[in-house]
Amino acid sequence: MKLHLVVMAAVATALLAPISAGAQTPKKGGELKFAVSAEPPDYDCHKNTSFAFIHPVRPHYSTLLKFDEAKYPAIVGDLAQSWQVSPDNLTFTFKLKPNVKFHDGSTLTSADVKASYERIVNPPQGVISIRKASYADVGTIETPDPLTVVFKLKKPNAGMLAQFASPWDCIYSAAKLKQDPKFPEKNILGTGPFKFVSHTAGSHWIGKRFADYFEPGKPYLDSFRAVFVGGAAMVNALQAGEVLVEFRGQSPANRDKLVAAVGDKVSVVETPWICNLVVGFNTEKKPFDDPRVRRALSLAIDRWQGSQALSKIALVRDVGGVLRPGYSLAAKESELVNYPGFSKDIKKSREEAKKLLQEAGVANLKFKFINRNVGMPYTPVGVFLIDQWRQIGVTVEHEQLETKLYQAALSSGNYEAGLDFNCDYMDDPNILLIKYVSADKSSVNYGRYNDRKLDDLYERQMRATDPTERTRLVREFEKHALEQAYTIPTIWWHRIIVYWKQMKGWHLTPSHYVGQDLAEVWLDR
Amino acid sequence: MLRYTVQRLLMMIPTLFGVAVLVFVMLRVMPGDIVELRLRAEGAQVTPEILAMERARLGLDKPMLAQFFDWMGGLLTGDFGISMWTGRPVAHEIAIRLELSLELAILATILATLIALPLGTLAALFKDRWPDRVISVFAIAGLAVPSFWFGMIIILVLLWNLNWIPPLTFTPLLEDPVKNLSQLIWPALAVGYRYSAVATRMTRSTILEVLQEDYIRTARAKGVFERLVVARHAMRNAMLPVVTVIGLEFAFLIGGLVVTEQVFNLNGIGKLFVNVLARGDYTMIQALVMLVAAFFIFVNFVVDLLYAVLDPRIRYG
Amino acid sequence: MSAPAPAVAVAVADLPYAVPKRRGFFARFVTTHPLGAAGLLVIVAMILAGIFAEQVSPYDPLAVDYGAMLAKPSAEHWLGTDTFGRDVLSRIIHGARTALLVGFLSSFVGSTLGAAVGVASAYFGGRIDMTLQSLMDILISFPLIVLALAVVAILGKNIVFGLDLNLIIAIAIPMVPRVYRVVRSSGLAIREMAYIDAARTAGFSHSRIVFRHIAPNVVAPYLIMVTALVAQAILLEASLSFLGLGVTEPTAAWGLMLSGTADDFYQQAPWMIIFPGLAISLAVFAFNLFGDSLRDWLDPKIKL
Repeated sequence: MKLHLVVMAAVATALLAPISAGAQTPKKGGELKFAVSAEPPDYDCHKNTSFAFIHPVRPHYSTLLKFDEAKYPAIVGDLAQSWQVSPDNLTFTFKLKPNVKFHDGSTLTSADVKASYERIVNPPQGVISIRKASYADVGTIETPDPLTVVFKLKKPNAGMLAQFASPWDCIYSAAKLKQDPKFPEKNILGTGPFKFVSHTAGSHWIGKRFADYFEPGKPYLDSFRAVFVGGAAMVNALQAGEVLVEFRGQSPANRDKLVAAVGDKVSVVETPWICNLVVGFNTEKKPFDDPRVRRALSLAIDRWQGSQALSKIALVRDVGGVLRPGYSLAAKESELVNYPGFSKDIKKSREEAKKLLQEAGVANLKFKFINRNVGMPYTPVGVFLIDQWRQIGVTVEHEQLETKLYQAALSSGNYEAGLDFNCDYMDDPNILLIKYVSADKSSVNYGRYNDRKLDDLYERQMRATDPTERTRLVREFEKHALEQAYTIPTIWWHRIIVYWKQMKGWHLTPSHYVGQDLAEVWLDR
Repeated sequence: MLRYTVQRLLMMIPTLFGVAVLVFVMLRVMPGDIVELRLRAEGAQVTPEILAMERARLGLDKPMLAQFFDWMGGLLTGDFGISMWTGRPVAHEIAIRLELSLELAILATILATLIALPLGTLAALFKDRWPDRVISVFAIAGLAVPSFWFGMIIILVLLWNLNWIPPLTFTPLLEDPVKNLSQLIWPALAVGYRYSAVATRMTRSTILEVLQEDYIRTARAKGVFERLVVARHAMRNAMLPVVTVIGLEFAFLIGGLVVTEQVFNLNGIGKLFVNVLARGDYTMIQALVMLVAAFFIFVNFVVDLLYAVLDPRIRYG
Repeated sequence: MSAPAPAVAVAVADLPYAVPKRRGFFARFVTTHPLGAAGLLVIVAMILAGIFAEQVSPYDPLAVDYGAMLAKPSAEHWLGTDTFGRDVLSRIIHGARTALLVGFLSSFVGSTLGAAVGVASAYFGGRIDMTLQSLMDILISFPLIVLALAVVAILGKNIVFGLDLNLIIAIAIPMVPRVYRVVRSSGLAIREMAYIDAARTAGFSHSRIVFRHIAPNVVAPYLIMVTALVAQAILLEASLSFLGLGVTEPTAAWGLMLSGTADDFYQQAPWMIIFPGLAISLAVFAFNLFGDSLRDWLDPKIKL
């Protein structure tokens, strides 16, 4: 009897063993060299927003929770051993892992977590917490004992748990913050798997394995080296194997080039990206104050065919609405095709578009379309859109501006229509829908409009902790936003990563900000 | 002569000042600022208070005149300020990149001179015959070819024939001179081709002029070997204008560096320039512009002096 | 003492020695300066291509064709296609128009302004000359890229008849001090001559002296500079577009064809950059050859 059970247990274990690539035994040692196409301006997680920061800096820090790379969007604890959410969704209790050490030897306690989050939620004078608005619902942070942190919210927030998994909420040392609240800007002291070694401006960044990392046995790598290089030089380096990977994403043409050159030595993984291009209309300029005109311009775009063509030359691919296609709360294709501009019958859509323009009295509309002066993917999509509008008799002048000037034009309202982006580090509607909410509530609304219906739906979906209810509200939001067409989603980006097969233990997620602590990565040499 | 020298020297100061004022005003008149770019460009939800706070920290909220005096005061004491993007000292940011650009510039100059002198002389000696025609075409082509395109072509040729790609990081000269030179020779060539073209043409025309001078004719009449004539008499006198042109063109190299460093991915001043311009990092841009301008002005000053020595009509009391 | 023999016209054919035939002005130029003539030929071809671009191009330079992206040179597309499937040959032909217009206009504006200031400086001398020299020094020591970016940024884009006026201004500005220097030194040489003093003593007005005596002598260097600077302008526009500060998509311009998406793809599709670069080089080459010959023809002694 006992033997029978043992055998069954063995078989069950064998069957249930993960089939994923990481099933082999990780080998220790080696330096991971990867490319980053831009450099971080300073070292403070709470202040930065770019992938150029995350890729070199993230491995030095830990966060309370993090996304399970292999099973995105599942959440696991990073510093948190376990956590509990009260039934009313207002209290979040985290139990921390014991014996977590900072790189300088000091031990992490709940005081450090509290200090870091206080800095994020309520930054002291002179400190910038750029994602402060996402924590507006946090009331108090208590630390009943050195290994417990309790967050009390003022109102329930459906996205709060995911928010704690944000890769940006680095936990700093309370002692250092007390001495100098701006300490993290120029200094790196964290609890992450790698210790900071050096940053040679314009050239590279080195991190070394932290021997006392709280996950025993990890990290597997001895060190990592982030090389600051982009464009053709980066692709060449990838091809030559001088860097093993670039974590943001390759264009389809580069992917093809790399596969053609070293196909047997590299792996290619792809996923829809939490990033999309939207056309924003300045509703203060005529005729863009008329929803018929805006909707017409959305109807003219053949998203389905266009995305197929564009996916060959640009890192865009998927058609989606306000949320990433593939995300649990996003509209399915059957729902999508009912929205204006998403029908597969492009002829009919364009007929309707022309009619709407006629009704609005601007049958031969001419306007200036501003765009960033960046090759990928802004230029191709810009050129594509202008071509689409040409099909309904609208003449558009493409004005590509340097990023600084482009940003200035958007902020000051000195434009008619522009190609903007809506990207973020995770899928949660709380973050992605901010783009569409009224201008007096959202600083990324460059369309200068106020729509109380959208504001109301946004607020309600934020408080809807029941997933079904939340989905329903999000769908309503989307329908209204797309009908009003203040800002219209055009196409979602596609993340393509080409990496050398030697690199194992890394998993692709739809966000290039997530999964970058490199704790699980090893080199199969 | 002395008076002229002093005059020109004194004129350098208001010129530099003029450049400083011009760049300062231009930057602040241009729309868009670094704070917006840094905090907003990736789509984060930034409130106007945060933007105002950053601006105050960088001193951008003070009146223009106050900012200008702050900066000028710093310059006079040798303090170039800190980069608005990274917060590190401007002098440091420039210093770590200067070595590479300087080395590239010097290498390009050496290459150019090595090519120009013999070719220019040859062209002068064989005037209107086929070597002259070929060399002239080579030189004029050098002026016609955009240096960045030439760089791309070099990369393509090397890629196809030698499977070579521009290296990721450049080995410093002191670490491994051979490796360093083998890496930098190609961008130096890209930048230097144009340079050599100008120098070749100058060498050719100056040697031609000198070759016609009376004393050369006399030397030739005396039956001295033509080669000797050139070597001993022509070259010495031709050197001055040629050196002048090489010097002047060195100042213009900056333009070539900017695009070449992009193509070859070199972490030098040129690439820095493009990056800081894109970011609107005022302190860095101001410092770099002043550096380039000062260099230009100084080289021009030296050249003007030399011209005055050569041609009395130019100098006037 | 007899009267001197009356002058009698003698036919050339009757003369006892050979007289070289006098050819026309143009023919003389072509024979003495074959390279310059070749340059002129290329320039004329470019101008014709620019004027008749629509008729000569096989495709619409803006026509996007997703079915033929990055296509190799073939019978359908002689020079291949770019990342959007646009025909490279057509874009090069239309690019000639952009290059020439930008080149000529910038050069003309810059040179004329520079010449005017140069003549004034040379003629009036003294403090006016000193001031102008300082101003020009400031301009000339200013890095071109910053200047161009500033002009484009401050003045924005001012598109008239498909041409960015502010880009033309941005390219013209660095030319002003260079033309100024050359014209000024020519003008100075004239001014020092005795007959100018004589004219002043005789009471001739400033403008009369300038226009009748000084200006004609600086026409030669002016023309030479204009021609040489067209070449520079074309190169400059190419560099600026390469850096993203010049002409923008989807306009067909040679410099633009070398930047942007081309930078990412040129190692797979080299025809995308080889041909536009050749076009730029050929154009600048032709202008330089012609300019050189012009200089030899008009004033071989000039030091530029």
